Amino acid sequence: MTAMKVNWKNVALFALVAVLIVATGFVQSWNTALLILNMGLISAIMSLGVNLQWGYAGLFNVGIMGLVAVGGLATVLTAMPPVKEAWAAGGMRMMLALATGAATIGGGILLYKRMRPGRRRTLALMLWLVGGFFLYRALFDPAAEAIEAVNPASTGYLGGAALPVLLAWPLGGLMAAGVAWLIGKTALGLRSDYLAIATLGIAEIIVAVMKNEDWLDRGVKNVVGIPRPLPYEVDLQRDPGFVETASSLGLDPVTASTLFVKLGYGLMFTAVLVIVLVLAELALRSPWGRMMRAIRDNEVAAEAMGKDVVARHLQVFILGSAIVGMAGAMMTTLDGQLTPGTYQPLRYTFLIWVMVIVGGSGNNWGAILGGFLIWFLWVQVEPLGKMLMDLLTAPLPDGALKAHLLESVAHMRLFTMGLILLLVLRFSPRGLIPEK
Amino acid sequence: MDFLNAIVAIANYVLIPGIAYGSQLALGALGVTLIYGILRFSNFAHGDTMAFGTMVTILFTWWFQSLGISIAPLPTALLALPFGIVFTALLLLGTDRAVYRFYREKRAAPVILVIVSMGVMFIMNGLVRFIIGPDEQRFADGARFLIRARDFKQWTGLSEGLAIRTSQAITVVTAVAVVALLFWFLMRTRTGKSMRAYSDNEDLALLSGINPERVVMYTWLIVAALATIAGVLYGLDKSFKPFTYFQLLLPIFASAVVGGLGNPIGAIAGGFVVAFSEVTITYAWKKVLVYLLPESLEPSGLAQLLSTDYKFAVSFALLIIVLLFKPTGLFKGKTV
Repeated sequence: MTAMKVNWKNVALFALVAVLIVATGFVQSWNTALLILNMGLISAIMSLGVNLQWGYAGLFNVGIMGLVAVGGLATVLTAMPPVKEAWAAGGMRMMLALATGAATIGGGILLYKRMRPGRRRTLALMLWLVGGFFLYRALFDPAAEAIEAVNPASTGYLGGAALPVLLAWPLGGLMAAGVAWLIGKTALGLRSDYLAIATLGIAEIIVAVMKNEDWLDRGVKNVVGIPRPLPYEVDLQRDPGFVETASSLGLDPVTASTLFVKLGYGLMFTAVLVIVLVLAELALRSPWGRMMRAIRDNEVAAEAMGKDVVARHLQVFILGSAIVGMAGAMMTTLDGQLTPGTYQPLRYTFLIWVMVIVGGSGNNWGAILGGFLIWFLWVQVEPLGKMLMDLLTAPLPDGALKAHLLESVAHMRLFTMGLILLLVLRFSPRGLIPEK
Repeated sequence: MDFLNAIVAIANYVLIPGIAYGSQLALGALGVTLIYGILRFSNFAHGDTMAFGTMVTILFTWWFQSLGISIAPLPTALLALPFGIVFTALLLLGTDRAVYRFYREKRAAPVILVIVSMGVMFIMNGLVRFIIGPDEQRFADGARFLIRARDFKQWTGLSEGLAIRTSQAITVVTAVAVVALLFWFLMRTRTGKSMRAYSDNEDLALLSGINPERVVMYTWLIVAALATIAGVLYGLDKSFKPFTYFQLLLPIFASAVVGGLGNPIGAIAGGFVVAFSEVTITYAWKKVLVYLLPESLEPSGLAQLLSTDYKFAVSFALLIIVLLFKPTGLFKGKTV
């Protein structure tokens, strides 16, 4: 590889983001700045995953929310302690029910593939699926009811495996990869809009499952108190050594402990981001990456050259989804709780898309920059908009209109994001850091 | 008697809601399918277009109500509907001028237009939430029922009641009128014919002197009317909430794809297929089974195949089945 020429424009763009975050630290508070930084890191990883799918391969995935949610679920399943009473009440029956469900679908696929097409196959398939569905429900319903009846106010679910929470990150990636395999197997190879509609649907269904299957993750009752990979602030404040170090730095123990924990997360997320970035860059420069872009730019030609387009698409779709799932697990770890009711497509799917497009699709550095910049704007548009609105409405007399305008300012961020997306698409369609 | 009661129960809980919901989906899917046929992309902003049109209609409804204008027993919203359509049409024409036309002239790939429509979706969503807020709004007034369950029981002597809400009757009547008008326009008028020609074969249509910008303008006007009517009917029947309208995107897309994207008749058929699948699969059949089965066979549970929380799973499953086995839809749609 030839010596890299330093691209000062890109350095300046990243420096701008750094200045924005540091300025937040000075103007608002360092806790806010670190919060933005940490979520920026997670957003950057998500947008790297989406960039792999869209930038490298031209796959249009609008089911990001579902993958993020699956990652969050992985955190609960990994780190929470198992609820023994619930397992005793219906755990094994639930496993049996799920196995029955899987066997029904698997058997159905087998039937479809093995039998000759015709009316007999259709009939056999219908009977098998309907029978399997009723058997599944007969096993599932009592099991779920029994599990949910166990102390519903605090548990009422099966709990997790009580493993170290950091294991949830790779596991979240794996689970998201599994989901992506299922979607890819059905919807890849169809037209691009169809993949979009299919992913949009599956994301809604994943979140619906997480909201309603209380035996799995307590649904909208949320799982709180997920174990943390870092010490709790209260414990730090009680530690004399920590308090002493803090005071020697001129910080009070409470602020120091919150900053310490956030910095800890920041370092862990940075490590993951660097690993993902290095791997993604290596993949981009490898023959595999060149093949991907060749397929993206001309599918017909690539197919004529003997490339298996659908298989390669499936591969990159799974990889990108795994990265997003991992980031979802990291986010739930940072929050320390799983709140299925908060997964909103505008926030978790379309906002990530804005990051990728604005940053520069096809360029990993662009995706990272987009992740930080858009996340910063997403957080700060609200206070900025409020300031602006205060200024604009100052001459208005107090009344319903003024109150409404001030109250509605929170919704300006959606408007702003849409405007940014459209402006970039129109005037700089290759993004801030274009593909080389 | 039990058999009649079962039929009435099915009519009351499955047939009537299914027809009303199916009409609403069909009108929504017609909009999506027209955009797909003429402008050749899947419009992700359609749900929010419906929300915008409904919002304007609601604002006019409130204004009329405050002025004391009413067309009781019909809901005031019907009087406000034309204003909703006009504002939505202005918004869509403005969006086309400011956003979509640029990409049309560049002949951008359909997937780019889909992403662009995502940006438009954000803006419309923000606009609606900014003006009317994210909360649920009810704006139905006038007579609530055409037939009340209690009256029906008295007339027939059956133990099962049948109710037809005004909103359901209005939905069906309006949908039939709108669809008839649309098909008359597409089949009989010069502009309608040129739209169909443009949809079938763009180059040939251009060669025969059809003005594409005119075709596109009429498409947006029709889409504005369809989206606003669909949104208002849905809002009268259920209620208005911006997020719900965004979520309607999935069943609407499912309807359009199931029927065959780009095919208006398919969109209508698809709307009813999706609506009836959703209603029958999420309906608790216990009530009907109790009438039909001997006591010993009565189900212990609700006999509900899927809880209503999973209604999206139904549209999704239909979508996947059609995509896998008949990618062009039930009626021949087009693929770009």
